[in-house]
Amino acid sequence: MSIRKLLRVRSVAALSAVAATVLLLTACVGGAATAPDGAGTTTLHLVGFAVPKEANNAIQKKFAQTPEGKDVVWEESYGASGDQSRAVVNGLPADYVNFSLEGDVTRLVKAGLVDETWNSGPTKGIVSDSAVVIVVQKGNPLGIRDWSDLVKPGVKIVTPNPASSGSARWNILAAYQQVIANGGTEAEAREYLTKFFNHVAALPGSGRDATNAFLEGSANVLISYENEAILARQSGEDFDYILPDATIKIENPGAVLKNANPKANTYLDFVLSKAGQEEFVKKGFRPVIADTPVGEVAGANDPAKPFPVPPKLFTINDLGGWDEVNAKFFDEATGLVPQIQQQTGRSQ
Amino acid sequence: MTQRAAIVEPPPLDSATAGAATNAGGRRLSRGRSATSLTAASGLGLGVALLWFSLLVLIPLTAVLVQASEGGWSAYWDSLRSPQTFAALRLTVGQAILVTVVNIFMGTTIAWVLVRDHFPGKRVLEVIIDIPLALPTIVGGLVLLSLYGPSSPLGVNWANTPIAVFLAFLFVTLPFIVRTVQPVLLELEPEVEEAAASLGATQFTIFRRVILPSLAPAIASGAALSFCRAISEYGSLVLLSGNLPYSTEVASVRILSYIEGDKLTEAAAVASILLIVALIVIVILDVISRRVARYA
Repeated sequence: MSIRKLLRVRSVAALSAVAATVLLLTACVGGAATAPDGAGTTTLHLVGFAVPKEANNAIQKKFAQTPEGKDVVWEESYGASGDQSRAVVNGLPADYVNFSLEGDVTRLVKAGLVDETWNSGPTKGIVSDSAVVIVVQKGNPLGIRDWSDLVKPGVKIVTPNPASSGSARWNILAAYQQVIANGGTEAEAREYLTKFFNHVAALPGSGRDATNAFLEGSANVLISYENEAILARQSGEDFDYILPDATIKIENPGAVLKNANPKANTYLDFVLSKAGQEEFVKKGFRPVIADTPVGEVAGANDPAKPFPVPPKLFTINDLGGWDEVNAKFFDEATGLVPQIQQQTGRSQ
Repeated sequence: MTQRAAIVEPPPLDSATAGAATNAGGRRLSRGRSATSLTAASGLGLGVALLWFSLLVLIPLTAVLVQASEGGWSAYWDSLRSPQTFAALRLTVGQAILVTVVNIFMGTTIAWVLVRDHFPGKRVLEVIIDIPLALPTIVGGLVLLSLYGPSSPLGVNWANTPIAVFLAFLFVTLPFIVRTVQPVLLELEPEVEEAAASLGATQFTIFRRVILPSLAPAIASGAALSFCRAISEYGSLVLLSGNLPYSTEVASVRILSYIEGDKLTEAAAVASILLIVALIVIVILDVISRRVARYA
């Protein structure tokens, strides 16, 4: 057989291999085609961060009892807030998103998926609130009452990693800004934060991981979110939590996408109604609508009065808003936190 | 993203040739061999292999490199100049090398015991070896945490220290060398060793001149797998290492942090540095194993 003939045989073979594989691939893609909606139902896609899943599901159940929400079928996706936001930018179908940080919605605004006016409503785009709290072992053996007690000898802090988890940034900002809320200067706040990081024993990947690390005994203090602490106590974990006099109000946004089904807007309105807010309250979130009836909240320090307002409660706007905060505190090269971590990490 | 490092399997020289041959439709391969060696069937096989390899490995890897090169050399420089990233890379690569060295000895020993020795429970051990691969790595991390963490029954507390990183790497990479060396040991013909013994060779000489050269390629490929698996590890460290910058933070956590900060170029730069390190280590291991094999 001549070489030329062989070459021909070979290229035919290679071509048929390519053809076969392409056929195989198209067959796979074809098989995954989405089924059309059943008669008269609307499918809404919810993409959110993991913590408020149960609250969202309860609100959906209530929504289904209203005339507008009767025939809505939900397709949901939950995960880490930043990951979920990036997934939507990369094409994950979404009608309504519920994230832990404003920046995760801003990412969608920049991608042209959410209208710029998303935060112009009465609640400024926020659907649930919470606060940064200090979690301690049952009975508070170290006698911790406030932020200043965290930098005393023997205290080992665990808090989620502010570099890899967006919502962990609330905790660091609370630790910093409380100094200023108590009348301190920026230099004193920085000094406190440096001492704070000297006491950090672990920076797990997420709030839930941090709770697990604390429960495993890696540290004696956990910086967490009030709703996370209440939810963990609801599910039987035995620890105490302290709401400091000066702390930050956590604000979780929710938004409807530009090309969403109009029912998604109706749903967002329902989330912001008293009926919707009540479900957030049951899971330990603070309501964003002032006159939401707050009944007993199991797991709270005082179930009858679950959400006392700390005397010096501040918000992200008191720190200049997220854009400014991210540049000032968390920028890789010039941010305060990487600098402090370098300082404390090197000295360890 | 870093998981892909584990896909870069040895032998590297062959895969590099395969990569170069993608566009040429395999023509290059025919040059080195007699033309009659490629039948229609093997042509089909080669076509499928190349397409498969391109879709799953070459194109994604190229995408990482393209993403990383978007910022030019400055992105590489910046990410390396960031002391935190450099510390993370140093820790990751250092511990991975250490773990690979330990695995070369322990993995070969375990394989030896499994093949040459007979003891009760051998079958069970044989099955258990693979468990670290089947276990979701975060569960592995939890198990290690309860064994070596603050409530350790052994009275140690290695959680949130660099030892935790070492332990986690060891845990997830244990099976690789065992599994590559074991089949080669099984195939070794005892007659050769007996012949060497009858000619007066000591046990050590037999091991050095007869057994080791045959095992070297298998050990090297297992070591390469184990190194690549280690530098890309993330899951088992989530709860165990504490992610402390400059102390226990590994490269994959750095990458995750860059992604969370919407710095994809820096993330890809760190990933591609890991890829380059993996490539260098694979080549070094290959060279060493060829040397040892030639020593026979």
